[in-house]
Amino acid sequence: MIEIRFHGRGGQGAVKASDILAMAAFNEGKEVQAFPFFGVERRGAPVTAFTRISDEEIRIHSYIYEPDVLVVLDPTLIGAVPITDGLKPNGKIIINTERKPETFSFPDAENPHIYTVDCSSIALKYGLGSKAAPIVNTTILGAVAKATKLVSIESIMKAIKERIPIKKQENAIAAKETFEKLDS
Amino acid sequence: MSDKKENETVDIKSANDMPPMPVSLGSMRTNKTASWRSIRPIIIEEKCKLCMICWKYCPEPAIFPTAPPTIDYDYCKGCGICIEECPFDAIISEKEGK
Amino acid sequence: MKKVLTGNFAAAYGAAAARVKVIAAYPITPQTTIVEIMSEIVADGLLDADFVKVESEHSALAACIGAQATGARTFTATSAQGLALMHEMIHWAARDRLPIVLANVNRALAPGWSIWADVTDSIAQRDTGWMQMYCENNQEVFDTILMAYKIGENENVLLPTLINLDAFFLSHTSQVVDMYDQDTIDSFLPPYRPKFKLDVNDPRAFGALTSPEHYYEFSYKIQMAHQKAKEVITEVGKEFGRTFGREYGLTESYRCDDAEIVLVTYGTIAGTAKDAVDRMREKGIDVGLLKIRYFRPFPEEEVCQILKHAKKIGVIDRAVSFGHEGPFFSEIKAAMYGSNIPLYGFVAGLGGRDVSIADIESVVNYMGNNESSNLIWIGVKK
Repeated sequence: MIEIRFHGRGGQGAVKASDILAMAAFNEGKEVQAFPFFGVERRGAPVTAFTRISDEEIRIHSYIYEPDVLVVLDPTLIGAVPITDGLKPNGKIIINTERKPETFSFPDAENPHIYTVDCSSIALKYGLGSKAAPIVNTTILGAVAKATKLVSIESIMKAIKERIPIKKQENAIAAKETFEKLDS
Repeated sequence: MSDKKENETVDIKSANDMPPMPVSLGSMRTNKTASWRSIRPIIIEEKCKLCMICWKYCPEPAIFPTAPPTIDYDYCKGCGICIEECPFDAIISEKEGK
Repeated sequence: MKKVLTGNFAAAYGAAAARVKVIAAYPITPQTTIVEIMSEIVADGLLDADFVKVESEHSALAACIGAQATGARTFTATSAQGLALMHEMIHWAARDRLPIVLANVNRALAPGWSIWADVTDSIAQRDTGWMQMYCENNQEVFDTILMAYKIGENENVLLPTLINLDAFFLSHTSQVVDMYDQDTIDSFLPPYRPKFKLDVNDPRAFGALTSPEHYYEFSYKIQMAHQKAKEVITEVGKEFGRTFGREYGLTESYRCDDAEIVLVTYGTIAGTAKDAVDRMREKGIDVGLLKIRYFRPFPEEEVCQILKHAKKIGVIDRAVSFGHEGPFFSEIKAAMYGSNIPLYGFVAGLGGRDVSIADIESVVNYMGNNESSNLIWIGVKK
């Protein structure tokens, strides 16, 4: 079983991202589970969402304390919340940022593999959100697919079109672009 | 009850530190619900006819019956009811900044 | 047909698949989605049913009682404060022998105002005559709604069922659910045909004044129905297995055969406990899990049968009966009266606090290092 934890801010769509990733894995025949941290949500406040992917039935019903993968939609959360809490050794951290992986340091994590891609710019290129608030939740899933190899980009794109009500094509292509752009 | 200062927080570590029932440490004076807002209502004075329907409908209340009405942005939660109810479209909504 | 559904969707689609005829429900977080979906599918003509908009939960159950009494299969859903508000009618539905199905999203009672998981709401309905059970996952929510109608409508049972699902941990968590196909469901669950019903062509009065001469026997009959229900639940659970490939019973035993320590729990904690059991087994600890599905009728025989070889028993409750101990713990303890097996009563997860694998490991660790105790609070900040 692989456990993925999403970190974003209220309004950025971290919960939707966790849901779409689960759908993509389900479409490939996996057992899945997706849910947000069940607290009071405010615009701008930190939001955590979870996805579990497994070949076997998923029986656990508790939050993810030892994730294999972290997805960070908003890099301002780094340092503000304990993002790497419990991250497994050699865990993967995928960050929406213009910066390069080497510029990040996560002292509490053991040998993390860091992936960066500028999802905000790519999202804006396809008209997703505004300059002040680009919508990166679908875009970043392309990077997640490439970095983790958990699902194919085709499954991600199909799940995006299933779960996103508007601008389906744009959201899917944005994810494809991050998939192609990410060095893994 | 004690005079709680604005934005003061208390670190509760144990059941013994807690009062018998959930009770707020201060009043709404220190709980400014402005942070709940995603949209901000703005009154356009030229269109306002002083009917005061916005004041009557505001659930907070965060609108006061001055001429023209004033919105208390410390407490307005951005529910949008005033915008909806104004018969003269004299209240518009703006996206709240980050 | 498999889909990814939250518990609320599973409950709504389960009721729709059961071809309910009348739905009367009032929204309350975190059940609201159930009500919304049911009203949508009725409005869209996808379900041939009446959706009655009511002004409170008390009215919701009253409306179901009225409709069910005419011979219609009814469904409702609620949570915490709403279930508490219905309480008077809860008694009525059972005593009038109406096999209504109610999906209850287990939520903590106020104050403090909480929308999160806690089973005090359903425990408070324990003595009303309803059958009540706890779901571990969303598949079980869907499946149990189908079975509950078949079990409740059995002429030797005729009892309503409270189907419990944990707030958020099931209601708002997406999981894979197999919704089978409607033809197979229809063949499994035939229409509701009660012998006694409100019918203008055959007028009768229901629920009238009943003197001490007869009330006692009516109560006796309800108890006998619960006894019979234990068999029916098991039979229907087996038939469900043959028809759909998933068998259910009053309880589920996981790795108990050679277990020295047996944990007893219910709801989503049971799911997490299965993973915890596997993890502890890898470390050489012989632990097993007895998952209780049905709390009423209480599966005393199965409990005794499965627990009799344990060296230690630990019950994890998601509620506490203030002034005493965990409710399931009391009943397990009573069932095991006469045995010398040490029994530990744990309380966890009240008000939506997460119960992790680490928490369950700490339970077993406690049992390994301490004498038995009636009430141990997991994770409380003292």
